[in-house]
Amino acid sequence: MLKRLKILATVFVLSLVVYSPQLVADERYTANECFEKFSRGTLKFNQGLDKVIFKPVAKGYRALPVPIRSGTSNFVGNLRSLLTFTNNILQGDFRGAGNTAGRFTINTTVGILGIFDPASKMGFEKKSREDFGQTLGVWGADSGCYFVLPVLGPTTMRDSLGLIGNVFIDPVYHLTHNSETDVVIGNENLSEHNYYYYKGTDAVDFRSKNIESIDSLEKNSIDFYASVKSLYLQNRSQKISNSPISDKGQDDSDWEEIDNQ
Amino acid sequence: MKRTLTSFLLLFLILAPAQSTAMAYSSDPEKFIGEIIDEAKIILSSQDSQEAKAKKLSEIALKTVDIKGIGYYTLGSKRKELSPEELKKYEEIFQKYFLKSFTSRLTTYSDPKIAVLSSEKISDKYTIVKTMLLKTTKKPEVKIDWRVYTKDPDKPLIRDLIIEGLKLARTQKEEFASILSSNNNDINALFKVLENFINK
Repeated sequence: MLKRLKILATVFVLSLVVYSPQLVADERYTANECFEKFSRGTLKFNQGLDKVIFKPVAKGYRALPVPIRSGTSNFVGNLRSLLTFTNNILQGDFRGAGNTAGRFTINTTVGILGIFDPASKMGFEKKSREDFGQTLGVWGADSGCYFVLPVLGPTTMRDSLGLIGNVFIDPVYHLTHNSETDVVIGNENLSEHNYYYYKGTDAVDFRSKNIESIDSLEKNSIDFYASVKSLYLQNRSQKISNSPISDKGQDDSDWEEIDNQ
Repeated sequence: MKRTLTSFLLLFLILAPAQSTAMAYSSDPEKFIGEIIDEAKIILSSQDSQEAKAKKLSEIALKTVDIKGIGYYTLGSKRKELSPEELKKYEEIFQKYFLKSFTSRLTTYSDPKIAVLSSEKISDKYTIVKTMLLKTTKKPEVKIDWRVYTKDPDKPLIRDLIIEGLKLARTQKEEFASILSSNNNDINALFKVLENFINK
């Protein structure tokens, strides 16, 4: 436990190192490259892995009957909401935390361990997921440079610290990695493997929902690496700001110039 | 009388298809997008070949999208360095590239169900029209916002598509910038990449 706290403290300190207050308000969707050549190679490697492993698995998953897929997606989504809840709190978003907690309670009980989603029908809106990388962003950490990780995909310095932080603040990780069983929460039957099954299923569920969009991106990009980078950074920036207005942050200076030509 | 009526009928039959192809779109951004979506849906759900669908979708895009503006935006500050001849060549190549990319993305949908939700005027020049691609058994729902340029209120034009918050024009701009920067900022390298895409 002490070791985990030390690692979390290190992640926190490192996040302060990349802290850049002037970028908080107007974070742009750009980031310098950490090591572009390596990242381009890693992306190609990931595409190869995807072609032979992830995409076929996702296609197989998609062939399952809709109720099974929908139940699985809801189940892992419900477990994942525990990490969102922790980050809601860390970000000071107590309203969001209330919504996440309400959804989790209803879906775990009435929704039978999260297989169904009655919470949405009861007015608890399904909101976007939160992670520790987003939390660091909300706290004011700059994204740092961009790179691509083997298997895990695109990231930035901040988000890679977030990945480590996620492990230590994820209640599901603690339930499955705690050697001391607790009869109250009932983790005596949970092993470390369960955590990796859950993460793997979540990834397959995501991939299966994006088969056509990723195919289309690959087919229609003239520089796939640059497309992925742009989309990743835009996505992260939007998730950190949690802005419902899709046009927020739009830099119109180029358009202004074109209009005045 | 009968002859006059026959003449009118013939005239109507001749003019009717011409009228439908030269459809005037609404000046109201929300209705404008609704009309484009309806037109695209008919084309995509038809039994036409992919090529025929692409041709019809290109015709819609030429009338409703500010392709020249998007092309300039996509090129970024590099456009200021180009000679008039290079700029003209770029405009021609970009239009072909844009139409191919645009139709290729759309023709993957055979029967899309898109609902127009609302619109929001964000400035004198822009209105965002919010739509939703409804979920199917295979795909989740997708929010699609259309950035409509309304400087000429009688002739709105699409300038960007924002899919789940991700701006396509920006992504394209960053792709172009990446190609230029990895080729010593040489516009001919970009022309070559675009031509390869068009011809593939």
